[in-house]
Amino acid sequence: MSSRRYVLLGVADDGVFSRLKAEIEGLPNVEVIRGLSIGDFDGVSLAVFPTGVRYSGVPVSEVPTIVKKHLEGDKTVDQRFDGSVLPSTILPSRQKRIVLERVGVIDPESIDEYIESGGYEALKKALNEMSPADVIEEVKASGLRGRGGAGFPTGLKWEFTAKSEGKMRFVIANADESEPGTFKDRVIEEGDPHRLIEGVLIAGYAVGASQGYIFVRGEHSLAIERLKKAIADAKERSFIGENILDTGFSFDIRLVPSAGGYICGEETALIEALEGKRGQPRPKPPYPPQKGLWNQPTLVNNVETLANVPSIIMKGANWYRSFGTESSPGTKVYSVLGNTVHTGLFEAPMGITLRELVFDYGGGLKDGEFRAALVGGAAGGFIADLDTKLDFEGVKEKGGMLGSGAVLVLSDKADAIGVLLSIARFFKRESCGKCVPCRVGTQIITDIMTRVYNGNCTRKDLDVMLDIAYNMKLTSFCPLGQSVHLPVKTALEIFRADFESRCGD
Amino acid sequence: MSSKEMVTIHIDGKEIHAPRGASLLKVARDNGIDIPGLCYYEKVSPTGSCRLCVVKIDGRPGLVPSCMVQVEDGMKVTAFDDEIESVRRGILEMILAEHDDDCINCEKNGSCELQDLAFRYNLGRELRTLPSLLDVVPKIYDDSSPVLIYDSHKCIKCGRCIKACFEIQGKGVLSFAGKGLGEYVVAGIENWADSACDGCGECVQACPTGALVEKPVYGVRVREIDVDRKVVTTCPYCGVGCQLELWIKDDRIVKVRGYDDIPNRGSTCVKGRFGLDFVHSPDRLKYPLIKKDGKFVEVSWEEALDYVASRLSEIRDKYGPDAIAGLSSAKCTNEENFVFQKFMRAVIGTNSVDHCARLCHASTIAGLVRAFGSGAMTNSIEEFLNADVIFITGSNTTETHPVTATYIKRAVLFHNAKLIVADPRRIDLVDYATVWLQQRNGTDVALFNGLMHVIWKEGLMDEEFIRSRTEGFDEFIKVIEKFTPEKTEEITDVPKEKIIEAARLYGSAERASIVYAMGITQHVTGTDNVLSLANMALLTGNVGRESTGVNPLRGQNNVQGACDLGALPNVFPGYQKVTDPNARRKFEEAWGVKLPEEPGLTVVEMMYAATQGKVKAMYFMGENPVISDPNIPHVKEALEVVEFLVVQDIFLTETAQYADVVLPAASFAEKNGTYTNTERRVLWVQKAIDPPGEAKPDWVIVQDVARKMGYDMGYSSVKDIIDEINRLVPIYAGITYERIRNGEKLQWPCPSPEHPGTKYLYKDRFNRPNGLGKFHPVDFIPPAEWPDEEYPFLLSTGRILYHFHTTSMTRRTQALPQYVEGPYMEMHPDDMKKLGIEDGEVVRVVSRRGEIKIKAIASGRVYSGSVFIPFHFAEAAANMLTNDALDPISKIPELKVAAVRIEKIE
Ligand SMILES: Cc1cc2nc3c(=O)[nH]c(=O)nc-3n(C[C@H](O)[C@H](O)[C@H](O)COP(=O)(O)O)c2cc1C
Ligand code: SF4
Ligand code: SF4
Ligand code: SF4
Ligand code: FES
Repeated sequence: MSSRRYVLLGVADDGVFSRLKAEIEGLPNVEVIRGLSIGDFDGVSLAVFPTGVRYSGVPVSEVPTIVKKHLEGDKTVDQRFDGSVLPSTILPSRQKRIVLERVGVIDPESIDEYIESGGYEALKKALNEMSPADVIEEVKASGLRGRGGAGFPTGLKWEFTAKSEGKMRFVIANADESEPGTFKDRVIEEGDPHRLIEGVLIAGYAVGASQGYIFVRGEHSLAIERLKKAIADAKERSFIGENILDTGFSFDIRLVPSAGGYICGEETALIEALEGKRGQPRPKPPYPPQKGLWNQPTLVNNVETLANVPSIIMKGANWYRSFGTESSPGTKVYSVLGNTVHTGLFEAPMGITLRELVFDYGGGLKDGEFRAALVGGAAGGFIADLDTKLDFEGVKEKGGMLGSGAVLVLSDKADAIGVLLSIARFFKRESCGKCVPCRVGTQIITDIMTRVYNGNCTRKDLDVMLDIAYNMKLTSFCPLGQSVHLPVKTALEIFRADFESRCGD
Repeated sequence: MSSKEMVTIHIDGKEIHAPRGASLLKVARDNGIDIPGLCYYEKVSPTGSCRLCVVKIDGRPGLVPSCMVQVEDGMKVTAFDDEIESVRRGILEMILAEHDDDCINCEKNGSCELQDLAFRYNLGRELRTLPSLLDVVPKIYDDSSPVLIYDSHKCIKCGRCIKACFEIQGKGVLSFAGKGLGEYVVAGIENWADSACDGCGECVQACPTGALVEKPVYGVRVREIDVDRKVVTTCPYCGVGCQLELWIKDDRIVKVRGYDDIPNRGSTCVKGRFGLDFVHSPDRLKYPLIKKDGKFVEVSWEEALDYVASRLSEIRDKYGPDAIAGLSSAKCTNEENFVFQKFMRAVIGTNSVDHCARLCHASTIAGLVRAFGSGAMTNSIEEFLNADVIFITGSNTTETHPVTATYIKRAVLFHNAKLIVADPRRIDLVDYATVWLQQRNGTDVALFNGLMHVIWKEGLMDEEFIRSRTEGFDEFIKVIEKFTPEKTEEITDVPKEKIIEAARLYGSAERASIVYAMGITQHVTGTDNVLSLANMALLTGNVGRESTGVNPLRGQNNVQGACDLGALPNVFPGYQKVTDPNARRKFEEAWGVKLPEEPGLTVVEMMYAATQGKVKAMYFMGENPVISDPNIPHVKEALEVVEFLVVQDIFLTETAQYADVVLPAASFAEKNGTYTNTERRVLWVQKAIDPPGEAKPDWVIVQDVARKMGYDMGYSSVKDIIDEINRLVPIYAGITYERIRNGEKLQWPCPSPEHPGTKYLYKDRFNRPNGLGKFHPVDFIPPAEWPDEEYPFLLSTGRILYHFHTTSMTRRTQALPQYVEGPYMEMHPDDMKKLGIEDGEVVRVVSRRGEIKIKAIASGRVYSGSVFIPFHFAEAAANMLTNDALDPISKIPELKVAAVRIEKIE
């Protein structure tokens, strides 16, 4: 690895960035890499590498201190700028990082650093030592399940795709990530773009595809920039293109920024959008592995799902199964938000409890007592039981959905009704309009929630809201409309008293 | 569908047999189980957006929309239980919450699918639990189209209109815009007027609510329940022969819908649906007119008929029967054409009867009869759907045969057909084509020979077919030998790579179909062009099978029938030659008179004979040669010099102005009869209303004139005429009145009342005496007139969607002139720049025969050096300029190529 030192700057802040730039002028071998979400804490974060010491909540005025002490003097500034002591070591050590292993560790714009740290070895192994069927077997054996929300067994999906008849097959990395509070995929794209590319390549080899797409959320401009460069670099090194690494396997990857909309993350709407049409879901069946892009067999996988693949291929299914639970092996990247001391991304084995996540990783509540957590993003459910196991089955048992792994933690001082109102508004804004229950239902629920929020609703309103949400669950065309019921129902269960206190009757 | 495997399913305990794969919703409804649903529309793919049709299916979780489910054996379905019904009621309430149920102001009141369901589920306003959301639904009211209105507050976003536009019409003009409750239907980018919508109205017909409705182009807003009766009849415009349902109130047409039957299956174009109000035009002729002192005066029928009969008798007696010539009409019914030609032959005693087919497809008949034996479309319109390759040349099908074009577009879009377009203009179908060959006007033979050269060189011909079913191959191939791709490129300007690509496509297709129209026929080499296309089909064995063939698209509604029934100077009805003594004997016996032996004069010949003093009187039934014929100055001269001219029409046309007597005829809506459409199919025309004033059906008038001249035809109804046709015309022998009225839509040849009609010709043998198809060696001959220094531009003429023939009908409609008001000339922008002509500037166009002033429009459809003028408009009639040089065989004039000069007007 290069001996160069650098500062990774987290959530973009122009002030901090320009100040840093100015301060390091003249320092040999020091560089600032901007805009990477290190993903441990909220606020502006920066980290100094190669040691990996992190600072968060850094105000512009403190930048010179860090540069002077740490970069010139090589001494850690043992101070968090919000006043607390820097727990510089707890986070990475507690986490089990597979997909995030290089994030914040290597320079994401350097294909050399990726390769030096073992990158593209899995691709070589797959191409040189394994048949496509072997690769599918390995992924099946690993028990990897889709991280896009539904948890469908990945190996099985690959097998369906490989076995479907078609003129051509496609692989699509779903990087649309528009679920509120979820930003795990963006961090992988920004922090370790080659890992995603390697995953796509291996998937392409396994299912017999020749064209891949990375469909990335349009607002994620840094991710787009990094992926663009990574694809170009990989092409130059013959990881992408004709006759990859002289193995006879040819595969192209194109980056397609999404024109927007939560619904475009739904796989069939995504495919419609890729075909240049209006992003509205298609009927299923047929599923994409049968008839996807241009009606050809198409594999759609989430970014995090694909990012697991290189490690599984390198280290094997058994190794992978040593993490997580029987039904949900491996790790999960949780996006923790809300009232915890620490917010951000934590990669941890599947099956840790909500309690562990909130207290051990999130550092407990900032203020007040734990009340509930919204697990799975806007489309998820509120869960009050801290012993809930955070894997696909565990959350389901408690009537919720692990979904994309977003966890919004609410203390007893939080405004749960406000949260539900913004969820309702979110769905109303994002409803594509195709089907009646969702198009109309989201408006009605939003109207009722607005009345609840303003304290002028009736008890009847609450019943109507639940009825409508239930009807939506039964009859909506796609999971967007179907999923509104879960947050509404669980909110009404857990926060019933709060709701009733807002009713006029 | 006997080939489909039948399965057994149970719905609510009822055992039902249905073809595997059918839509569950349709199967249920077909069996009397009325599952509600608003977005399902049988003609398009299911959308699944209203969610009203949800059912439970054993073994599947939750509720499933039945419209999206294909039935499988053993399926057990619950269509009705309390839970499902309450869910449906909930959904319906949601739809009503975003709908403006102002039924009192809605044309759909009484025939609205949403209103029906609101009644069924008892969801009157007071009974609903959800408030109206209309204040958050954006109001989009788009009345910019000349023919329809869209109202987003009535729209339930079912998407039927969008799918109808794309999946039925193949256009794809419509889509949804907006999101969530803000979703609405948009045409093009912004509104209907600025979109590519051409007003066919398929979307209106598909809409379940009052969101998309017709504009009151027929003068009144009506609900279906206001209508006195609905009459199914055949469209009077083009040769497709669409079945229309006329809604009649107070003896007026108030609305038109496409009727769901062969050949159009409910579709129409803008003319058929929105262009029939000419029937009620105040300009309609209501009384006979005689010109006295240069002015027309209304007279009684008695006076008019006496006058006509005596003048015609006089002239015949004085100069002989051949001093009288008649034009029959491709607009009139089969029976009227039969009667008219009988009148000319049996009563006047001349074979000089012709009609405008001379100007469009005379060369088709000449060519196809020589090659195959019959001069008509070999196959049927619906067969295009299953062709592998469709080769279209000289036909701007989307404008001239709009509904036929929908089949071609659907073949390409949804059935994997490949389209080859060979046309000098960039017609709309080029957008659907795999290959576009842009040959120079008038070089068609060279192009086809070039294609056949490649087919032959690459061994793509059907040797077995050539050996067993054709003759003349050896002489033919000698000509083909010369047309190497290089040489063909030199003559036609088509790059040789494209020639090779197209030849391979056509040559290797399992089922390839050739489609053409007047771009092929209206040349001095018209017959050659047709023969050359026939050669192509013979060479590859693409004739005599389904979805193959050589298919001339006939222009007028009944041009096929007019030809079939003998409105031609050389044949009796059924293409029986006048020179054939046996044929003559048969007709003489039937009609009880001696018949002339020599073929008569054709359209253009008549006009020359008139100016030469040989023809002294003319009788035109429903023809307007002053606009439609080439070299108008000459036609006008002819009409001025003849001693006596009778014009029988529904309007006082440009031609009628020259007449001595004008006889008022009934329009298509006012009489019974049949038309034969372009695919040889005999279609019933049903009287819907009474004619205005004293107007009468053409056959009645002609019979009356005959009677006055001492010949009694003895017909008391159309049935009598059909009976006679059955007896005398073998190809129509089995197409009896009874079968027609029973709803059979038979295609000739139909030799006996038991015969099912003929879908495609020449299955086992060609119609030539020896049963073989004949190759004709056809070499390339350049057009009669080619651009030169004095006349540097090549002028081509043709038709457009929004007008018909000489516009005597289309200009008397409310809607059609709003699309295209008057004449214009398409010209390439580069040429305009060179001559300093602005877009829209009026210029002078001069040919060796005449000149017109016309607006020049910049257009990428024509290539530099060529211009295009629609021939319809009297005030800038393209036929002032066109060349009346004739094809030596078929006598068709060269309307498609003329040399012109374009001058700025200072
Ligand atoms: C409204 C909606 C939005 C979605 N958005 C995303 C997304 O942004 N990213 C994603 O990977 N999956 C998303 N999904 C799930 C995808 O449809 C699909 O299941 C997933 O990409 C499959 O990948 P996996 O098997 O790797 O999880 C969304 C689903 C719905 C219904
Ligand atoms: S549930 Fe219906 S309206 Fe909502 S996003 Fe899906 S398809 Fe669109
Ligand atoms: S305009 Fe009519 S057909 Fe079109 S979406 Fe609206 S309701 Fe349906
Ligand atoms: S396509 Fe022809 S027959 Fe059909 S409606 Fe239009 S003009 Fe009439
Ligand atoms: S009819 Fe099936 S969803 Fe509308």
